[in-house]
Amino acid sequence: MTVEHTSSAWATAGEGKANLSFTHQECKRGYGMTVLEKAAPEAVAAAPPPRRRHTAAWLLTVGMSVALLVLVPIAAGIGAYPIPVGDVLASVQHRVGLGGGELDRVAESVLWNVRFPRIVLALLIGASLGCAGALMQGVFGNPLAEPSTIGVSLGAAVGAVAAISLGLTFLGNWTLPAMAFVAGLGTVLLVYVMSRSGGRTEVVTLILMGIAVNAFAGALIGLFIFLADTAAVNQITFWQLGSLAQSTWPKVTAVLPCAVVGLVVAPLYARRLDLLALGDRPARHLGVDVERMRVALILVVALLTAAAVSVSGVIGFIGLVVPHLLRMAAGPGHRFLIPGSALGGAVVLLVADLAARTLAAPAELPLGVLTALLGSPFFFWLLRRTRRRQGGWA
Amino acid sequence: MRLLRHRPTPPAPASPGDILAGTESLHVRLGARPVLHGVSVTVRAGEVLALVGPNGAGKSTLLSALAADLPAAEGVVRIHGRPATDWSAPELALRRAVLPQSASLSFPFTVEEVVRMGRAPHATSPAEDDLAVAEAMAATEVSAFALRPFSALSGGERARVALARVLAQRAPLLLLDEPTAALDLKHQELVLRLCRERARAGDAVVVVLHDLGLAAAYAHRVAVLRGGRVAAEGPPAEVFSEQLLSEVYDQPVEVLSHPRTGGLLVTPLRNL
Repeated sequence: MTVEHTSSAWATAGEGKANLSFTHQECKRGYGMTVLEKAAPEAVAAAPPPRRRHTAAWLLTVGMSVALLVLVPIAAGIGAYPIPVGDVLASVQHRVGLGGGELDRVAESVLWNVRFPRIVLALLIGASLGCAGALMQGVFGNPLAEPSTIGVSLGAAVGAVAAISLGLTFLGNWTLPAMAFVAGLGTVLLVYVMSRSGGRTEVVTLILMGIAVNAFAGALIGLFIFLADTAAVNQITFWQLGSLAQSTWPKVTAVLPCAVVGLVVAPLYARRLDLLALGDRPARHLGVDVERMRVALILVVALLTAAAVSVSGVIGFIGLVVPHLLRMAAGPGHRFLIPGSALGGAVVLLVADLAARTLAAPAELPLGVLTALLGSPFFFWLLRRTRRRQGGWA
Repeated sequence: MRLLRHRPTPPAPASPGDILAGTESLHVRLGARPVLHGVSVTVRAGEVLALVGPNGAGKSTLLSALAADLPAAEGVVRIHGRPATDWSAPELALRRAVLPQSASLSFPFTVEEVVRMGRAPHATSPAEDDLAVAEAMAATEVSAFALRPFSALSGGERARVALARVLAQRAPLLLLDEPTAALDLKHQELVLRLCRERARAGDAVVVVLHDLGLAAAYAHRVAVLRGGRVAAEGPPAEVFSEQLLSEVYDQPVEVLSHPRTGGLLVTPLRNL
């Protein structure tokens, strides 16, 4: 009976996995091709002139900040237990010590133990994914790059799945994020070291290594799912779909250090990332220690992505879509793009999570599925556009 | 944060004749294949040195070695008196600027933004940067499309923008790999005139050229490379002999003097 149940659950999990990995495969294939073709003048939209770009950057920054300020109280109020926005603000004021007033016990509990940790996690993870995407695209000089291409996402997933499957609890509540982070970091370092030769990293080799590692990580995840018991399989399945449903303050504190370190360090490399667009050698001629910067940025990307993946599973496409749209609107300069993508990622994930938990209420749509559903068509469009500009993949 | 980072200071201006770069019996391997076999050249301030030679002779490799891109298997590369490996990347960026053979760009930056990238090594004021950028764009005649995206330009326009970026870097040693390859007649002359101007201003210019006529007209000295060795080096009038060039290029060559100016003309011997 148990065996039967397990295997059927495994089948479902495997199916979900297959679907997800299919979309990933698609991204990688598209990306790999552009790189193989040449880091060509692709996706080079009719870029607005600098003056307009500066204005656009300011407008976007203000717009996204306002959107955050408006959306957070709204998101905190909406749910199975509705709380008026005024009450939300009053409660926040009260906690901060600026007047306001305490709500009744249930409302306070819902707001501060359920809604706010979830919102904070959505913001942190969205910002991390957006920022990681912008960094990856800069490091590889390709607008189709995505954090999962070098295997961090799935590598981190292996750690998390192993923790769930083997019932590891050596760090208490922090075991899963820690395992995911260590595994993600290990994966990305492995990919990087293996794809280096003669003190240089060739992008094509790196991408191909990423594909191989992703395949291997997928197999490991399958293996851990096979080994897991029913409860663990259920947990893994939901975790893989990418959900913020079980957000708690301990999870927030687990993610916070990684995300904050990553988000603070990333903008320091903005100018040097601009120079990297010229290519490795010209960047070095302009005084950039390219290899050291690559290592540093890959660590930052690993930090950001692994932190996000460890809590919420695989949430794709934020890191792809957000930086791309911002680049089209405000130009490719990384001094805006990096912080802008963090801000934009936070907004997008907040909205996506709000949609995930309200569209099918009282049930909850898996967040990863939602972002993939909306993100994949965008990616297809992007691929087609890139392809048209290049005159085919050949 | 930019203020906290240690920024090296630019070198003092060189006086004409100072040796700004050089190689001593340099051997360079690309992979397992030896490309340069004991090359010794010196690059002096106030001089345009042209590297010429047939395809695969090692011109670009020598230029890359002078740029500190390629490590020496044997011998030494010196830049501003010190072995190239002793300099950090930011220090080198203040001492030499490099124009690669082909310019590419992975994101749609505008021409002006690309040229401004040349200012990255300098901790100068924005006004000073603006001036250097504007001057470089005017010199290479790219000011007209300053606001267009780099990727929307033709090959020749891109080459000039890349050159503008290199000029904006204002390094005392300029290393240019085939700067005239994609250019029309007018702009070929323009680029080499710029080389001469920079040399007159006290910089050292090393330029890889295929057009022997241009080399003869504009270079103070030429180094003829063949099979990874220097076959001859000196002023064009001394080095460019029919016998040497015909032998190096494996193609009969005529060297004439211009009927009006007396300048050196190099042309392949053609039987049409």
